[in-house]
Amino acid sequence: MESVGRILSRPAAWLGDALDLLLGPLQRLVGTRRMGYFFILPNMLVFGIFILLPMLLNFAYGFTSGSSILLHNREYTGLRNFELLLECDLSFLNPGSGNFFNPNVCQYDRFWRAVNNTTVFVVFQVGIMVLFALVTALALNRKISGRGFFRSVYFYPVLLSPVVVALIWKWILQPQGVLNGLLTGWGVEPQPFLTAPDWARLWVIFVSVWAQMGFHTLILLAGLQAIPAEMYEAAAIDGGGLWQRFRRITLPLLMPTLMVVLVLSLIRAVQVFDQVFVLTSGGPGTATLYMVQFIFQTAFDQQNYGLAAAASLLLAAALLILTLFQLRLGRTSEIA
Amino acid sequence: MRRYSVPILLMVFVLIVAALPALAQEPVELHITWYNDGNEGEVLRDLLDRFEAANPGITVVIDEVPYADLHTILQAQVEAGEAPDMARITFPNRFFGHYLDLTPYVADPQYWIDNVPAAVLGSLRDSEDDTGIYGYPTQFTVTGPFINATLFEQAGVEIPADDATWEEWVDAATEVAETLSDSEMPIYPVAIDRSGHRFWGPSLSNCATYVNEDGTFTIDTPGFRQTAQMVLDWHNNGLMPADIWAGSAGNYVPAAPYFISGQLVLYMAGNWQIGSFAQSIGDAFDWRAIPNPAGECGATGVPGGALVVGFAGTRHPEEVGRLMDYLFSEPVIEEFSIRTSFLPGHLGLIERGVAYEANNEALNVFAAMIPDLMPEAYTLQYHPQGPDLNIAIRDRLSQVIAGEMTLDEAIGRIQADMDALFAR
Repeated sequence: MESVGRILSRPAAWLGDALDLLLGPLQRLVGTRRMGYFFILPNMLVFGIFILLPMLLNFAYGFTSGSSILLHNREYTGLRNFELLLECDLSFLNPGSGNFFNPNVCQYDRFWRAVNNTTVFVVFQVGIMVLFALVTALALNRKISGRGFFRSVYFYPVLLSPVVVALIWKWILQPQGVLNGLLTGWGVEPQPFLTAPDWARLWVIFVSVWAQMGFHTLILLAGLQAIPAEMYEAAAIDGGGLWQRFRRITLPLLMPTLMVVLVLSLIRAVQVFDQVFVLTSGGPGTATLYMVQFIFQTAFDQQNYGLAAAASLLLAAALLILTLFQLRLGRTSEIA
Repeated sequence: MRRYSVPILLMVFVLIVAALPALAQEPVELHITWYNDGNEGEVLRDLLDRFEAANPGITVVIDEVPYADLHTILQAQVEAGEAPDMARITFPNRFFGHYLDLTPYVADPQYWIDNVPAAVLGSLRDSEDDTGIYGYPTQFTVTGPFINATLFEQAGVEIPADDATWEEWVDAATEVAETLSDSEMPIYPVAIDRSGHRFWGPSLSNCATYVNEDGTFTIDTPGFRQTAQMVLDWHNNGLMPADIWAGSAGNYVPAAPYFISGQLVLYMAGNWQIGSFAQSIGDAFDWRAIPNPAGECGATGVPGGALVVGFAGTRHPEEVGRLMDYLFSEPVIEEFSIRTSFLPGHLGLIERGVAYEANNEALNVFAAMIPDLMPEAYTLQYHPQGPDLNIAIRDRLSQVIAGEMTLDEAIGRIQADMDALFAR
């Protein structure tokens, strides 16, 4: 009687024989060293067609104008789209004529509003989230009762789709939502949580932190658990306090993980779209209009594909510079 | 070999002769790209089934797409040379030069010229010299207000007369809301959809003019300012729910949910809401359509609606013409209008009137508005850059409401947005 393992190994052997039949002659033709290229070919084809080609097309669109989708029907306009986006009335340099952060002095004020909003969102969302994720990971790394339960609780929002998260919070925050219902019950005036600019900005950051913190907490927790316990024991024997142990052991050893978390959360924060689109649609006014929504609306509401592509290229450039800067910072701190 | 060749040739000949009728009747499959607001797709299918029964050999496939993606999908198809035979669209300017001129393919072109509103025919033509017939309106829409009559009755406030102004209507609605509103169930006097299109009607009634002789736009007129200030005041004074206009940075937002939930006294929308109100409100309260409130220059709504067009790339123009003739025939349009609760876009039928089985009163209030629509309302609606103006007004006024700019700045921005568009 044949064992199950032996029976199951047969199809694998047949598959191996079939592949050998197919790839054997090829290997003999190109040599063993070059066979690697053939193995990555399927992946490269998918990458090329669905990622690289659209990226190149997007790049080309950034230098054209017109409403046609087909590149050959579009007019080459050089840097015109970039000039339009970056064109601001520099008379603000004269005292009393405006200020640098006032998008109203720029031709495409909505672009600059999106830039300003995205910058504020990234700084606060990433800063608050990484800080809270670190504190939570430190707490969950200790031997506290119900540790497994708390780990799950913090991670659950990550499992929800961003759209679902936004719908839940919209239900809570809308003018006649749950939170205002509670406030009214307590005799407090209903608050314009999603219809006043400052409130809306605040809640967008809060909801985003709430939804994503668990993921980053988990990564940081894994980083914390990789730090050998003996180092803390040795520090304790040498009289190192809690703060010193955190500053001298935890933080330096966690730095590579922290950098990963920072880069990931930064990229994700710059790309913010779906959650905010459902929660506030970018409003009130343009208070929560971020870069990706600006690009989306410029392309698909206004059919201004060239300008949208130019804006996306500027965003990609900013993101690239930020990531390189962060990685360099991380490497410097590692060396130190 | 030779003794087989004659029978073989005979067999081939017989086979070809036998196949000829089949070849002659090769079935034609027409594709129509369609979106649905309500039940119109279902009604269309029913009408098409009858057309197919009367025209063996022609089948019509409805390719249903969500409205949000309709024009993007069509643009990609048109530019790739893969346009459907026909489509139901709302932005005629998107496909200028790609429409099928139906003139040689319909039975009586004069019937079409007589019954398709001239502004609609013109909206599909890409130049003044163009005399083609490219499609027909599946329905006509008119913007106009609704009131919650039950709230007026409960508050003991008299419903203003049909020729009342916006100010008189809003005063009355405010009195109703102040009488009945409480913290448990806030009632708002007035709301207007987050849409520049909805704004056009009141502004034209207040003597705003938009379109210059050369086709460009001028925004800053006393009528525009007056109407914009009116909408801003509704927000500043808490008369209108804040989340309709302030709750978005770039979408059309209807205020219908407030009206349906009985929290709105006066709602500026349009006749397309009638079917939805009848279904959602039922007997919960008494609602009715009212004529557009008057301004100094009139009391106009703005027309709109969807058009069915043929595309020039079709391989079956004769069949498309035959189907168009059928769909735009008076009995078919009448049945479509009755079953969908749409206003017909057929001049003969508009003149004759349609006896709706449901919501007859409300629909006829809107039908009665059609003769009073101001010429500029048509010009705006069918202007190639009309949709852009609609969006610019909507988004810029929202920015004023959110405190990002003043009304003066918003007017300057709308003008600059439009100027940049014409320059492009």
